[in-house]
Amino acid sequence: MCLVAAELERHGIATVAVVLLREVAERVRPPRALFVPFRHGYPLDAPNDPERQIAVIEAALALLEDLSAVAPVLVDYVSRYRD
Amino acid sequence: MGDVSEFSLPVRLFLRAYRWRRIDPVPWTLLTKPLAQCRVALVSSAGFVAPGQRPFDNSIRGGDVSFRDIPSDVDPHALIDTHRSESFDHSGLRLDPNVAFPIDRVRELAGRGRIGTINRRHLSFMGSITAPGRLVRDSAPEAARRLVSDGVDIALLVPV
Repeated sequence: MCLVAAELERHGIATVAVVLLREVAERVRPPRALFVPFRHGYPLDAPNDPERQIAVIEAALALLEDLSAVAPVLVDYVSRYRD
Repeated sequence: MGDVSEFSLPVRLFLRAYRWRRIDPVPWTLLTKPLAQCRVALVSSAGFVAPGQRPFDNSIRGGDVSFRDIPSDVDPHALIDTHRSESFDHSGLRLDPNVAFPIDRVRELAGRGRIGTINRRHLSFMGSITAPGRLVRDSAPEAARRLVSDGVDIALLVPV
């Protein structure tokens, strides 16, 4: 996914990638990445929970809106929900 | 917690030894307009295919680097999980594909004007590609060309 993100950016499409392995994102360096602390298979948190899914997507969109950021961007997602 | 400790020992050893491709230099496209004016596409590596589409091929050494166009009007619950990996729990995807292909969430964001328009198609890859040469050389540039031709401004990439 990180390699696809890079190619899209080269073509002028701004990207943000949700990532599940922080150490891989650190090594590969996609342009913008949101590290989420969820298990594989659950990248947007909980199934059938639109509010939690939107919260992750909003955090990702915020990276796109940060025009002062310097590449590569890797930000940790902090959930406001308690499990 | 999403980390390597989820995986079996052989997978952990593979991930540790694997020579990840470092993106250098890191390409960078700044948004030049508000999100509310942007056209959005999803890019998933969950291995989903739409009804009638060819499943990803689990027998290809190094991974299947092909991708599928997922029509924007797809019913997410009709998507078929063909990801080959047994290293993660697939039950969440099957219960609610939005957890990795959030088309309903994107529709909600567009509906309230948070994003502009939803692209007419989205792209579905299968992760677990261990030999990404053809992905980098062929598939990713073709994916980019398609989304550029659609006038996509931003892409949200979701792994699994």
